[in-house]
Amino acid sequence: MNKNAPKLGLILLMAPLLIWLFALIILPHVDMFFLSLKEKIAPRVYETGFANYGEFFIEPLYWNTFARTAFMSILTTIVTLIIAFPVSYYIAKMLQGRMKAVLFVLCLLPFWVSELVRTFGWMILLRETGIISNILQWAGLVDQPVEMLYTDATIIVGLVYTSMLFMVVPLVTTLESLDNSYVEAGYDLGGNGFTVMREIVIPHAMPGIVSGCIVVFMLSLGNYLTPILLGGKDSLWFTEQIYAQFITRFNWEQGSAFGFLLLILSSLIVWGGLKLSRQTLSNTMG
Amino acid sequence: MIASIPQSRTFRNIYAAYVTIFFIYLLVPLIVVAAFAFNDSMFPSLPWKGFTLDWFFSSTGPKLGIFYDSSLMESIGVSLFVAFWVTTLSIFVGTCNAFLFERDNFPFKNFLYVLMLLPLVIPGIILGISILVFSNTVVNAVDSIFGLEFDFLRPGLLLVIFGQFSFITTITTLVISARLRKFDLSLEEAALNLGANRWTAVCTITLPYLKPALFGAGIVSFLMSFENFNTTLMLVGSDAPLTITMFDRLREGSTPALNAVSLLLMVVSAVLAITSIFLQRDKEKA
Repeated sequence: MNKNAPKLGLILLMAPLLIWLFALIILPHVDMFFLSLKEKIAPRVYETGFANYGEFFIEPLYWNTFARTAFMSILTTIVTLIIAFPVSYYIAKMLQGRMKAVLFVLCLLPFWVSELVRTFGWMILLRETGIISNILQWAGLVDQPVEMLYTDATIIVGLVYTSMLFMVVPLVTTLESLDNSYVEAGYDLGGNGFTVMREIVIPHAMPGIVSGCIVVFMLSLGNYLTPILLGGKDSLWFTEQIYAQFITRFNWEQGSAFGFLLLILSSLIVWGGLKLSRQTLSNTMG
Repeated sequence: MIASIPQSRTFRNIYAAYVTIFFIYLLVPLIVVAAFAFNDSMFPSLPWKGFTLDWFFSSTGPKLGIFYDSSLMESIGVSLFVAFWVTTLSIFVGTCNAFLFERDNFPFKNFLYVLMLLPLVIPGIILGISILVFSNTVVNAVDSIFGLEFDFLRPGLLLVIFGQFSFITTITTLVISARLRKFDLSLEEAALNLGANRWTAVCTITLPYLKPALFGAGIVSFLMSFENFNTTLMLVGSDAPLTITMFDRLREGSTPALNAVSLLLMVVSAVLAITSIFLQRDKEKA
């Protein structure tokens, strides 16, 4: 073997990585950034500037939609955490052996099915002629069909359902690593259920809570399918604005600016969450 | 609140009831979708008009069975084609990346590792538009400089494959790296001592060891590609994959044919999911 051989091997091994990262991730985002800085002054005449970003702050519809999307994503994250925590605790601490494995897998299975199918299920349940409306009529609780689709609450229900997995898995993993004797010690020292939860369990589970929250928030923010199908035409989700600018209005410059704003918001949240929990991206994902 | 801490009976019962309700909540949307695939009606809603297999096997309208619905079947074909190429490409690049990050040292290694993780935290719709923008720039540049029409870089299947590949590769890289990290290097050294060259050693010793991870990563990337919606939506041309076709039909007004396709998807994903869980288990034993 000559001396250059390992070096050549390294270059060959690195080529796919570099091609992938540059051609599909870095250059497209740089290009999108430049496109977002193009101001249209006349047909086919452009100038560089921040007008597309200015438009976002001038037009109330845009930033209202943006704020609304962010707010509802936060709400989704909180609701998901509140629902998922007791279940994760149950799986991690109250169950043992086979039952535990079965329930954990049962938690994961629905999420192997396409998001489209899951959302479709909720549409069948919640629409005016749907199952829940029929059950309510049958039980005599209401006397005419109720439409439960196309409200903000429906969007939250759908988003919570879609993101449940990404909360349950990190929670179960961190809770399992909590040594039972700490909990027992907490009780021995006179703590009750509430104080043990607050002083021992939750602090220990913090990394899992943070990483679950980050992923759920990010996925809700970037979701398109669930708000559109469950929220109808007035769902006012920010990804919908991006889609409209690109595909319906063919205003790519504006769409790119919106895309960048969404990317900045989601990156800030990820970064903030990592700082808060003193973790790095490599640790959380790897 | 662990098994060894005594709790009142009422509390235990309430807790168990909560967890039961949670699992009902997880499964009901899927059960509903599956059940209405067999409803002898034009709409996937109540009243139940009797059991039928028409939505699968009827060769004529109005209840055209999905196996005779040429546009649905074509879109399944398109999805399979895309998923095949995405899986092949991302397994190849993922394996290269795993060897690169686990075995080699090179400048900017940590920086490149973080870059490699980034696609996971970029919302899918933004990956889609950035690739759309960039490919359009390339097409225009090639056209104005060389006068060539690079039509294959217009929205269409190639871009869909690139878009899905761009983030699925991160996942395959992580799965394959995790397994490669546990590999005992002395096995490879033994092969080298016995006269094999580097390439033969990797092919006969390391790759077979990686097989469960390669299969696992393959299943995950196939499913993720098959079910992807956000990125695909921005890049799709005239040949629509299944999720896009289903989405369009869902907006027009759904028929139990959609339930039938969904049931088919559920069965396939369940089989693949369980296979991959078993692979995972074998892997941990080994």
